[in-house]
Amino acid sequence: MSLRNYLDKIKPNFDEGGKLHAFRSLYEGFESFLYVPNTTSRNGVNIHDSFDSKRMMIMVVIALCPAMLFGMYNVGYQNYAMAGLLEQATFWNRFWFGFLAVLPRLIVSYVVGLAIEFTVAQWKHEEIQEGYLVSGFIIPLIVPATCPLWILAVAVAFSVIFAKEIFGGTGMNFLNVALITRAFIFFAYPTVISGDTVWVVDHTICGLGADIDAISAATPLGAAATGISSGFSIMDEFLGFIPGSVGETSVIAIALGALLLLYTGIASWKTMLSVFAGGIIMALVFNAWGPEGNAVAAMPWYEHLCVGGFCFGAVFMATDPVTSARTECGKWIYGFLIGAMAILIRVMNPGFPEGMMLAILLMNCFAPLIDYCVVQKNVNRRAKRTAK
Amino acid sequence: MANKKNEALKQPLWVNNPVVVQILGICSALAVTSQMKPAIVMGLSVTVIVAMSNVIISLLRNTIPNRIRIIVQLVVVAALVTIVSEILKAFAYDVSVQLSVYIGLIITNCILMGRLEAFAMQNGPWESLLDGIGNGLGYAAILIVVAFVRELFGSGKLLGYQVIPQWCYDHGYLNNGFMIMAPMALILVGCVIWIHRSKNKDLQEK
Repeated sequence: MSLRNYLDKIKPNFDEGGKLHAFRSLYEGFESFLYVPNTTSRNGVNIHDSFDSKRMMIMVVIALCPAMLFGMYNVGYQNYAMAGLLEQATFWNRFWFGFLAVLPRLIVSYVVGLAIEFTVAQWKHEEIQEGYLVSGFIIPLIVPATCPLWILAVAVAFSVIFAKEIFGGTGMNFLNVALITRAFIFFAYPTVISGDTVWVVDHTICGLGADIDAISAATPLGAAATGISSGFSIMDEFLGFIPGSVGETSVIAIALGALLLLYTGIASWKTMLSVFAGGIIMALVFNAWGPEGNAVAAMPWYEHLCVGGFCFGAVFMATDPVTSARTECGKWIYGFLIGAMAILIRVMNPGFPEGMMLAILLMNCFAPLIDYCVVQKNVNRRAKRTAK
Repeated sequence: MANKKNEALKQPLWVNNPVVVQILGICSALAVTSQMKPAIVMGLSVTVIVAMSNVIISLLRNTIPNRIRIIVQLVVVAALVTIVSEILKAFAYDVSVQLSVYIGLIITNCILMGRLEAFAMQNGPWESLLDGIGNGLGYAAILIVVAFVRELFGSGKLLGYQVIPQWCYDHGYLNNGFMIMAPMALILVGCVIWIHRSKNKDLQEK
């Protein structure tokens, strides 16, 4: 308990009039992050659980770890494979290369995002809000490993301020913060997040990896949208040895996270299941009646689920409790429409090879409407019953 | 009385700005602000048209039958818009091509009808002129601020001149394509409103 004692010892510095008062929110943020607070609310009736939102957030971060670790390995794998040096590179070569490539993005994401959060908390004299813990971990996972750091910083600042803080901070945002970051990069700097040159790191890092002159590695979806075969087997796509955003490639790593989220009850199984159902049904519809000669429409449903960000979006983004529908019936509709819309955008609009991001953001906007309709329907049903 | 005239000119510039307080003329603020030059021309055109139509309607205000006043106002505005549009085509053809339909659409700009109905119908020509100039310039000011940010970060230029040096582009700087799109103009107008509200506490909604 020496850490507890240390925290108690330095606490007076942060109180009103203390010399470090300007960092009060920083101190409180870390204290309540490390230890569940003992204070309880003084008015009203509240049910308290030791599993508060900080513990919940950290559980999501743990669930994201398999995807992060595999993503790092895959970044190294892709670099060595592109250079033709896969045989010489050991497992640890590949992993450390990817680790060094992804780490700066993780750091930038957290430093910029948390700096804004702490500043706002201090400015508004509020407690630090912990929502950015998860967003900050997701953001490096949904951008390419080559994304320039300054662009990432600008995008994070934009989304934390305009998608979250102006609506009142954690729990008040109606759009997923991590996805807004990606959407901002996608619309503001399209060249760094689409095409066939951004998905593989093309230079050595600290002596690891290999320099590659001309990269040409389209994601399977990008290749299908332009009508050429990517040359990856379905097994590669399932295991995740394909170019793509850092964390989205491996179905297995994402499935491990999904199991943890479902076991702890953080993510709704209804939303998750209905996203997959929507995607599968839409893919089957396109297989049967899709436009002629469209390679994405002809893609079998299981391949649709394996490539791009479909699984990652379904497991970690669609189930975000803040931005998804909250009524039980609404979750089915919300999830189904995300899955269907994602495949629809993939097939019908070659300008957006990956539709998952836009599908989730679109349904984020509609989630309150879905909830309203579900509640209203229930109200009407009960009103009719009492009228009899 | 002099004070009231002063107010008619000064109020719309900031405290009672037509764009950020009355939220009028937003459509054209989104459409013409991707560059500075069309924004300035648009702002000036609107200023001229509001001022002149205010004066004309103010002079006619006692003779216009109440039931057809909207039609009379529209005729006056439409005539002025056509004149301005022709002048632009004659002397600044490039800009008029860039602005395309938006000069013609000044007719539908809510600021015009708003000022005619709310001010020119009740006040004398001199106050109406000042009010028109004030509102036009208030509108122009917001357009120019938004266009400044959008052109600077969207194309690295100001008034068509490159201001972000090539050195930055060589070191990985990229223009922000989102700035060119209309949604960003909406966000920027939102930011101006944000600053405006934080300076004018009495306007903050509870």
